[in-house]
Amino acid sequence: MSSELYNDGPVVHTPTFIDGTSVEIPELKILKQDGSVYEGSDMPDMDEKLAVKVYKTLAFHRVLDERMVASQRQGRLSFYMTALGEEAASVGGAAGLKSQDMIMSQYREQGALMFRGFSLEDFMNQMFSNEKDLGKGRQMPIHYGSNELNYMTVSSPLGTQIPQATGYAYGQKLQGLDEVTLCYFGEGAASEGDFHAGLNMAAVQEAPVIFFCRNNGYAISTPADEQFKGNGIASRGVGYGVKTIRVDGNDILAVIKATQIARVYALKENAPVLIEAMSYRLGAHSTSDDPSGYRTREEEAKWQENDPILRMKNWMLAQNWWDEEQEKTLFDDLREKVLAQVKVSEKINKPHIDTLITDVYDTPSIQLEQQLAQVKAHVKKYPEAYPFTAGKF
Amino acid sequence: MAQMNMLHAINNALDIAMSEDNSTLCFGEDVGHFGGVFRATSGLQDKYGKARCFNTPLVEQGIIGFANGLAAQGSRPIAEIQFADYIFPAFDQIVNEAAKFRYRSGNEFDVGKLTIRAPYGGGIAGGLYHSQSPEAYFAHTPGLKVVIPRNPYQAKGLLLASIRDDNPVIFFEPKRLYRASVGEVPEEDYQLPIGKAEVLQTGSDITLLAWGAQMEILQQAADLAANDGVSCEVIDLRSILPWDVETIANSVMKTGRLLVSQEAPLTAGFASEIAATIQQECFLHLESPVERVCGLDTPYPLALEKEYVADHLKIYEAIKRSVQF
Repeated sequence: MSSELYNDGPVVHTPTFIDGTSVEIPELKILKQDGSVYEGSDMPDMDEKLAVKVYKTLAFHRVLDERMVASQRQGRLSFYMTALGEEAASVGGAAGLKSQDMIMSQYREQGALMFRGFSLEDFMNQMFSNEKDLGKGRQMPIHYGSNELNYMTVSSPLGTQIPQATGYAYGQKLQGLDEVTLCYFGEGAASEGDFHAGLNMAAVQEAPVIFFCRNNGYAISTPADEQFKGNGIASRGVGYGVKTIRVDGNDILAVIKATQIARVYALKENAPVLIEAMSYRLGAHSTSDDPSGYRTREEEAKWQENDPILRMKNWMLAQNWWDEEQEKTLFDDLREKVLAQVKVSEKINKPHIDTLITDVYDTPSIQLEQQLAQVKAHVKKYPEAYPFTAGKF
Repeated sequence: MAQMNMLHAINNALDIAMSEDNSTLCFGEDVGHFGGVFRATSGLQDKYGKARCFNTPLVEQGIIGFANGLAAQGSRPIAEIQFADYIFPAFDQIVNEAAKFRYRSGNEFDVGKLTIRAPYGGGIAGGLYHSQSPEAYFAHTPGLKVVIPRNPYQAKGLLLASIRDDNPVIFFEPKRLYRASVGEVPEEDYQLPIGKAEVLQTGSDITLLAWGAQMEILQQAADLAANDGVSCEVIDLRSILPWDVETIANSVMKTGRLLVSQEAPLTAGFASEIAATIQQECFLHLESPVERVCGLDTPYPLALEKEYVADHLKIYEAIKRSVQF
């Protein structure tokens, strides 16, 4: 047995168990809800320009979520997922990275993509599955992705991106790149086998990957206390030998700080880091869900007082980097732009019928070409039954 | 008799199974207090307690591995996988474990009391990860049974038979019909046979065969064909594994033609297995090649779902091709 592999502690002669909760995990908090900073806080590397960008991203996120839920209720959109109340986790994570770093997300981290510069038009074209969607109208709303912005396209199956992130980061290391991979997932997805495979392999293969768990308290209706025992997701990181930190996920400064430090460590040591960001899913799981069936309004109200966007605004005001007039102009402008873009994107054509068979392989097989020809002949025969594609070959 | 939608019928079957045998358990993601994302297990936790109806952590391989252990121990687990699209992390536990438990041990141990429920199928704007029909993967696995109901009455009777069957059964529920399909369902206990197809409409010109949600599409096509004077025999396969070769072969020997329709992609779908068997069983009776009307050989799309699916018009065209061959 290698002595580096085990940290045995004292030899004992009576059975001595250690408890699952015996690992004490500190939680990084920098910013208070009133906008003041805890004394002695180690501040993130952030100037006024970056702070304004982060805040504007948070505001964009909030407005987009509000408007798209409304659009879904009006029947204009099939489905939507908000990140209400936990926007700081995704936006802060992206803000702590460099633009060349790969982000692999779950499905509630659109804030990271906003920070990277995915435009309102890009978001909307994806949600309306039109011909301008980068994903060619193939996935449900919110399954964004952009090669240019180093943001891997979202996949619905949970946790699958976690071992992939380990492999991606290992490739970055091997090629000597100044890059890491950051992998987002929720505390529910951390129950999947892929989470355990991904963390263990990252530690053993020494991959510069940052695992970023958004612990928002719920996996659809299942509360965290029916999801895991022990000391949260962070304690798993410790178990796999992964450097681990827990942060207040509604504290944008703590999230950015932890991510910045994690990036430096991952690159320098060629080793993974796990960040567990503690937050709360204030919204429903999706527009198909109704949380009143499994939690109380009182519980939600308690967390509404921890709004991460208001917390950052209070700090920005205190820094004199922001004022109420800017606030009003920003939100008014965003609401107007989002609404205008809905009206544009919902009218754009659906993808061309030829996209039915593209990208299954690098080039369509003969069988797929034949199947497409059959579909086209059929659509020509019954144009009224296929209004999206008929007459547009 | 009561009017029930498919979810009510399934819930009612689960209620009967749990009340008759206190070793019967229902579990899965969000299955407990919330009653499942589609509410199929609604009220069961209140009635039978948290020990027998509960939320599991979000881990499909764990859910089925846990269920295998329970079944081997003698309990009767009914495990829910939230969407059939998410059954694949459990593939090893189903294909290498549940299906082979009895065989590998020489019948020393078995997991025959296992039932796996999973909503499957498209038509709900769910795209590639909320629309798949994965029955063929499991039909390729000796040791499993695979059952798919078409309406609430069938769902209750077939689910009760699946729960009581002494082999592991995968019960795929057509989620598009969960609330859309409503019909008369007896409130008392009854079972429908696994492995028996059902002839829904007799006819003389062509046999139309499908299962699950595809049945109502098949019927629409049969109605269109009837306007042209084509007499269709319409059959619900109901059970994919084992499947009822005799009923289908007898029908095809009478009509001389067969059309099979499935939601899943064409290549290596279960329709292919049926076509191969029927050409062997009925070769000299066939008047035309067996028609397969299926999804395309691509992942299930979103925006172009209408163009992709085996709809009633594509089936109608295939009926005409077959009859005019």
